[in-house]
Amino acid sequence: MSIATASRGARRGERRSPRRGWRSASTWIGAAIVAIAAFCAVFAPLLMPHDPFAQDLGKRLLVPFWMEGSDPEHLLGTDQLGRDYLSRLIYGCRISMLIGVTVSVVSGVIGITLGVLGGFFGGRVDDAVLFAITTRLSIPVVLVALAVVGLLGSSMTLLVATLGLLLWDRFAVVARSTTMQVRNLDFVAAAWCAGCSRFRILLHEVLPNIASHLVVVATLEIALAILLEAALSFLGLGVPPPLPSWGLMIAEAKDYMFFSPWVIVIPGVALFVLVLGINLFGDGLRDSFGARSDP
Amino acid sequence: MTALLEIEQLQVSFGSTAAVRGASLSVARGETHCLVGESGCGKSVTALSVMNLLAPNARRSAKRLAFEGQDLLGLSDSGMANLRGNAMAMIFQEPMTSLNPAYTVGSQMTEVLRRHKRASQRAATDRAADLLARVGITAPGLRLGQFPHQLSGGLRQRVMIAMALMCEPRLLIADEPTTALDVTVQAQILRLLSRLQRDLGLGMLLITHDLGIVARVAHRVSVMYAGEVVESAPTAELFANPRHPYTQGLLRCVPVPGRIKRDEPLGSIPGTVPRIAPGFAGCAFRERCAFADESCSSAIPRHRPSAAHDFLCRLPA
Amino acid sequence: MTAIELGNVRKTFRVKGGLLGADRHVVAVDDVSFAVPTGGVLGIVGESGCGKSTLARLILGLLQPDRGSIAVEGQRVAAMDRRARARLIQPVFQDPFASLNPMTRVRDIVAMPLKAQGNFGAADVRRRVDEMLARVGLSAEMGRRLPAELSGGQRQRVAIARALVLRPRIVVCDEPTSALDVSVQAQILNLLAELRRELGLTYLFISHNLAVVEHVASEVAVMYLGRFVERAPTERLFGEPEHPYTRALLASVLTPEPGLGVPDVGLGDTLPDPANIPAGCRFHPRCPIAEPRCAVESPPLKARPGGGVECLLV
Repeated sequence: MSIATASRGARRGERRSPRRGWRSASTWIGAAIVAIAAFCAVFAPLLMPHDPFAQDLGKRLLVPFWMEGSDPEHLLGTDQLGRDYLSRLIYGCRISMLIGVTVSVVSGVIGITLGVLGGFFGGRVDDAVLFAITTRLSIPVVLVALAVVGLLGSSMTLLVATLGLLLWDRFAVVARSTTMQVRNLDFVAAAWCAGCSRFRILLHEVLPNIASHLVVVATLEIALAILLEAALSFLGLGVPPPLPSWGLMIAEAKDYMFFSPWVIVIPGVALFVLVLGINLFGDGLRDSFGARSDP
Repeated sequence: MTALLEIEQLQVSFGSTAAVRGASLSVARGETHCLVGESGCGKSVTALSVMNLLAPNARRSAKRLAFEGQDLLGLSDSGMANLRGNAMAMIFQEPMTSLNPAYTVGSQMTEVLRRHKRASQRAATDRAADLLARVGITAPGLRLGQFPHQLSGGLRQRVMIAMALMCEPRLLIADEPTTALDVTVQAQILRLLSRLQRDLGLGMLLITHDLGIVARVAHRVSVMYAGEVVESAPTAELFANPRHPYTQGLLRCVPVPGRIKRDEPLGSIPGTVPRIAPGFAGCAFRERCAFADESCSSAIPRHRPSAAHDFLCRLPA
Repeated sequence: MTAIELGNVRKTFRVKGGLLGADRHVVAVDDVSFAVPTGGVLGIVGESGCGKSTLARLILGLLQPDRGSIAVEGQRVAAMDRRARARLIQPVFQDPFASLNPMTRVRDIVAMPLKAQGNFGAADVRRRVDEMLARVGLSAEMGRRLPAELSGGQRQRVAIARALVLRPRIVVCDEPTSALDVSVQAQILNLLAELRRELGLTYLFISHNLAVVEHVASEVAVMYLGRFVERAPTERLFGEPEHPYTRALLASVLTPEPGLGVPDVGLGDTLPDPANIPAGCRFHPRCPIAEPRCAVESPPLKARPGGGVECLLV
């Protein structure tokens, strides 16, 4: 590589290509999906056309609107117990988002606390935090979650607590490394010299400058928690029925999928779109924050 | 004889921001031409636009941009790539970012020669070792096998200079080549550059903000401000008889040992380099100038007190 | 009255030696003693890696010395309460882009030392911040901006305002103008000089630019690989430099005088490595006048009026 091409590459790299962050369509698509899902989750009781738990065995497995013989009362048809599928999908969105967000909050509190303490104090504290992270990484998440739920029975609180206690590692790793970078900057040294307490420095100097990275991790953790919940529910160890989680809907639908494929396709596609949307949104956030933190 | 590098009325803009506004300068064969000014005044952009290394969103135009009489504006990308690193080479402020950390010094140096001159690996290695010795590196054989991070800042800059000389360029553009270095190393590198420039008859465009460097190595100086060359003169003339208020201000800012008393305030230029909006007319320095009046916002004439000295100001004296 | 007093201060850093290599000790500051009188300006010059920034951080209490004592205004830095220390000594750092929190507005940056004291009322804080911003030449409108919206010189003014808002006695300036343009450098140097006279401050002024140090300092110490190799009042150091390293540094200053060419510093290629300090005189591998005994004997400190020099040959 010649000097000229090397430097040209470097210069090109310095300037962000214009199709990243908020200028990219994928970020906006992701943001739109997340916004719709959040709206559905918050306003589920107002949006649902029917009671998602009301069974009507006379109307079992009605087809959705795009198929012949559909019932205009039930846009997405009904399931094997005659419950309105659209209502269950909306309510399931609420369950999925609730689990994703609460798991992310629980794991965020644990991971950020550990990571920031390790990164800020270093030495023995950091050794202990690193040990906790490696220990956590050697635990198989799904297996432990299965064992806990299998032993203690399934409930939403238990599910959130279990996943929250298992998914903090990425928060801890990112919080630790970003804290270490910020800790060595001169403005933190200036805050020490100004007589600020450690707590004040952590709160006012360190945390605001690592927050953007943590928000990105949080979006990815929400997506991961939603997928894990779906997987556990599919195995019958997640949300207890009759709560309509999307994983549970897929599980319940698997017996009917050959004759009524839509019962498995609809929640499957919904899950795929939501997780994709959260990831696109997270990537966009990362790029836009990255652009801003460039000097 | 035509000049080695001719720049006439160069304009470069990024979006609606004009970075270079009609700058003209020329570098003769065997001449060191210094381009001096504050950061953000368009020095580096001028150099990069000669090498056609501007960011993709930059727009470049000029009345004339020629190297050895050859027009650079109409040159294709591949034609430009053939010149770059070959007949004209560039060295940057921070050598670590322009050297590839994954390759040894030797392989990066020989690559240049093999690409441009189709030399054999053996001939290229010999030349690389020869040049490393020439830029004052002891044990060149050892250095060829090392990676950039194994070298100190001064050594890296020497490697960059040796690498720039691999294809016997006629023009060397150096963008703040010693700013990241210690003073003692800076003196060594500048001494080396002046010697090489003299021995090889190189034309050199040296970009710096340090008037000390300008005084010691330049034959000719162009002072840039807000994208324009506001004054250009032979070095001795510029320091003895600066005509533009900006040049005068810059010279007063530098603490000179033995000349400025302790605790006496230094001369300084108030304010900062303005961002030039589209449609701007008149003198860009008027906001910071002690002599400014209303006439500074209309067109400014270029004065020529002598054949080699010109400046851009409404004040004749 | 002494503002800063250091006695036999030594600071080493341990550098991890990789997977198999043994840990190495880098000596950053090696047995340094000095005192700065109240109202004085001690300039410290030296090349990168000579330990001058470590010295600044030791005096600020950001690092603890391995041994030796550091006192400001007669009080040991290590034993001082953080708030009391903040009222005595404050820093101005080199890079105005790294020394201001990018997420905090200028007013809040300047108010931070007052708030950390915990005994200033909101109105008092506001008044002092306004005063300080005006004193360093920043408008009230700029107080509402984020650091990213300011130029390098304006940022350095904010850093100075933050350092002086508690009215400290001592300011440690670590390369305060190296990242700035000459025109802005002159503005900041003038501001620092005015403030020193007005408030009766003591400065420790670290720089690699000898012309700047000559302009601001009342005495100068030349640091090489962790030691002060020469220390003298400014006029004497620049007029009659004794140590060969001081002479080389002075020779490498490029004054804006055309026609002189670039001087030959005569220091050779070997660069100082703080992890591998040579025996005898630590400067001998680069010294143009070194004799065989320089590689064996450690030079003693030879007293000079207002300072001293560590060289066998002077």
